[in-house]
Amino acid sequence: MEQVYKKPKYLKDVSSHYCPGCGHSIVHRLMMEVFEEMGVGEKVIGVAPAGCAVLAYVYMDVDVIEAAHGRGGAVATGVKRCLPDHVVFSYQGDGDLAAIGTAETIHAANRGENITVIFINNAIYGMTGGQMAPTTLMGMKATTAPAGRSAKREGYTLDISHLVAELPGAAYVERVMVTSPKTIVKAKKAIRKAFEVQMAGKGFTLVEVLSPCPTNWKMKPLDACRWVETEMVEHFQPGVLADRTGK
Amino acid sequence: MRGNHALAEAAIRAGCRFYAGYPITPQNEVPEYMSGRMPEVGGVFIQGESEIASISMVLGASVTGTRAMTSSSSPGISLKQEGISFLAGQELPAVVVNMVRGSPGLGNIAGSQSDYFQSTRGGGHGDYRTPVFAPASVQELAELTYKAFDVADKYRTPVLIMSDGMLGNTMEPVIMPEMRDLKTLPAKDWAMRGAAGRPGRRSISLILDTKKEEEHNWKLVRKYKQIAEEETSWEEYDLEGAKMAIVAFGTAARIAKGAMRRLKKDGLKVGMFRPITLWPYPSEALRSLLDRGIEEFMVFELNTGQMVEDVRLALEGKGSVSTYCRPGGAVPTPLDLAKVVSTRYFQRVPD
Amino acid sequence: MAQKKQRKGKIIIKQEFCKSCEYCIDACPKGAIKLDDKYNEKGYYPAVHSGEDCNGCGTCAIVCPEGIIEVWRE
Repeated sequence: MEQVYKKPKYLKDVSSHYCPGCGHSIVHRLMMEVFEEMGVGEKVIGVAPAGCAVLAYVYMDVDVIEAAHGRGGAVATGVKRCLPDHVVFSYQGDGDLAAIGTAETIHAANRGENITVIFINNAIYGMTGGQMAPTTLMGMKATTAPAGRSAKREGYTLDISHLVAELPGAAYVERVMVTSPKTIVKAKKAIRKAFEVQMAGKGFTLVEVLSPCPTNWKMKPLDACRWVETEMVEHFQPGVLADRTGK
Repeated sequence: MRGNHALAEAAIRAGCRFYAGYPITPQNEVPEYMSGRMPEVGGVFIQGESEIASISMVLGASVTGTRAMTSSSSPGISLKQEGISFLAGQELPAVVVNMVRGSPGLGNIAGSQSDYFQSTRGGGHGDYRTPVFAPASVQELAELTYKAFDVADKYRTPVLIMSDGMLGNTMEPVIMPEMRDLKTLPAKDWAMRGAAGRPGRRSISLILDTKKEEEHNWKLVRKYKQIAEEETSWEEYDLEGAKMAIVAFGTAARIAKGAMRRLKKDGLKVGMFRPITLWPYPSEALRSLLDRGIEEFMVFELNTGQMVEDVRLALEGKGSVSTYCRPGGAVPTPLDLAKVVSTRYFQRVPD
Repeated sequence: MAQKKQRKGKIIIKQEFCKSCEYCIDACPKGAIKLDDKYNEKGYYPAVHSGEDCNGCGTCAIVCPEGIIEVWRE
C-alpha cells in the first residue's frame, strides 16, 4: 500500500487549542499543504492576528509574526515591501480584519500590496467569548447583542470582501467555506490560487473562509457546518468576487 | 538644511531603508523628503493610511532586519503608542521621531515640549522604556537620528527622537555623517527572512505563562539598566563656579543659552545642565551638581512642568527647584527667561 | 453479475489528538469510521476504524481539522 495522505511537514505535530470542528484547524492545514506542494515553505513569513488564531505560530513551522489586533495588513505590508520575493500572508478573523483593522485591510488592498490575506469569517468574536462582530448576521444573537442584531440598533452585516473586491488593487478575491469534503477541496484551490497570484506579483489577494464556530454558536460541529451552508451563505455568497489576474 | 530634511537625510545615511509615515504638521517635510530619497537608495517609502498603520508597517519591516523609521507629531505619536509597546515587547529595533507640537488634543502646530511624560514613561501600555534623545540644534538632530539606529539595533529596542516643530523647521548649516555601507551593519541573527534550513521563528510578545512573562519583563529591565549605563548623555555649560543651574533640553536649552549670555554680562553665576537623553535621565550627573556648590535649580521647559519631576527625583529632596514653564507653543525669548532667572537668583543665592 | 473489485485502503488515526468533531464519520462514504467507546486523555471519544472496509479514498483526511488521519491505499 502507498501512503496517500499524511500531515503536511509545515504543520507541527502538536495538538491544537482550537475547538473540535473549528475552521482554523482546517485552514491552517490547507495552507501548510499548499506551501509544501508549491515548495515555498522556506520563503513564507506569516502574520498572526489577535483572536483564536493568535497561537497560529505554535502550529505553523514557518516564520510568523504576531501583530496587534487589526494591524495584520500593515505589518504584512512592511514585511513584503522589504522582502518582495518572499511569500507573505496575513491571517485574520472577522473582528481583526473588518472592525479594528478595516483601514489597514482596505488600504493594503488599495495599494495593491502583493500579500495574501486569509480571512476566517465565523460571524462572531471567537476568542473573547462570542461578542457581536461586523459580520454577525441580522437577527443573530451575540453576548453584546442579546436581543439579536437589528439594523436600527447595531447596523448591518458587513461584507468587507465585497468592498475590497471593488478596489482595482485587489487582484483576486474569493469566498469559500470549509464545511464538507467538496467545499474544503474548493477552499484549498482558492488558497493555492491566491498564493500563486502573489508569487506572480499581480497584487493583493484575499480568501474569505466561512468557518464553523461550534462553541460560540452553541452547536455541535456538524450542525455548525450545516448552519454555514444554509444560513451564512444567504448573506455571504461563496464564489469569486474579483479576478483581475487576466490583465 | 531644514531640521526635518536633515533628520531624514541622516536616517538614510545611517542605513534606514524603510520609512512609513503620515502627514501631520509640523513634520510633513519628513515623509515628503523620504518619498523622493528612499527610491534613490533602493529603500521603501510608504505613506501609510494612518499613524497606526505606519508604526505597524515599521514593525513588519523591522522583523526582516531592515532599519526602519516613522515620524509624526504629538497626536500621531499618541496613535503609535500601541505599536511602540509591541516593538518593545517583541524586542524589535525602530526609530520613531516626534516633532512635538502644542497639545493636548489637536493643540496647535507650534513647537512645544509637552510630550516629555509620553516619551519617557513608556507612553504605551506595559513596563517598558524607550531611549529618548532630545536634540537642541539641527546638527544634533541629524547626529542623534543617525546614532538612534545604532542604539536601536544594539539593544533591540524602539528609540524615540523628541524634537519640536520649531527645530524641525529651523534652517542651519549641517555636516552630514557619511553614508553607511549596509554591509558593515551588524548582522541580525533574530531577523525573519524565511525559514530556510531552520525551524520557523516567531516574533511575539504574547507570553501566557505568568512566570515566563515575569522573566521577560525582568530581562527588559536588565536591558534598560545596560542602556542607562552606556547611553546616558548630557551637556554642561558654565557650571564651574556657578551658583545656579538652569536645567533645560532641546529648544528650551537654546533659548537658555541666550539668557545665560545676558546674565553672565550682568555678573550672575548661572550655568546650564542640558540632558540629551531624556530617558535614561542623567540623574546621577545632575545630583552631583549639589557636590559642586550648586543648590539652586531652575527648570525651564515648554510645557506646564514635566521634566521638573525627574529633576526633583534626581535631587532626592535636596537643593531648591523652581520652574519657568511656557506651554502651548509659546516661545519665550532669552530676555523673558533671563528676567525670571535673575529674579530668582537674587532671592535665593547668598551674596 | 461481476462484483466491482473494491480497492483496499487503510487509515491510522492519532487518537490522542482527536476531538470527536465527527467530520470524518460524516464524510466517510463507506461508514468505515465510528467513535470509539474508550475516551482519550483529553476526555474525547476519538474516531476509530469501524471495521467496515476502507477504500483509501482519503475523504476523511480532507475534512479532519487536526490532520491526524493518515491514509494508505493499494
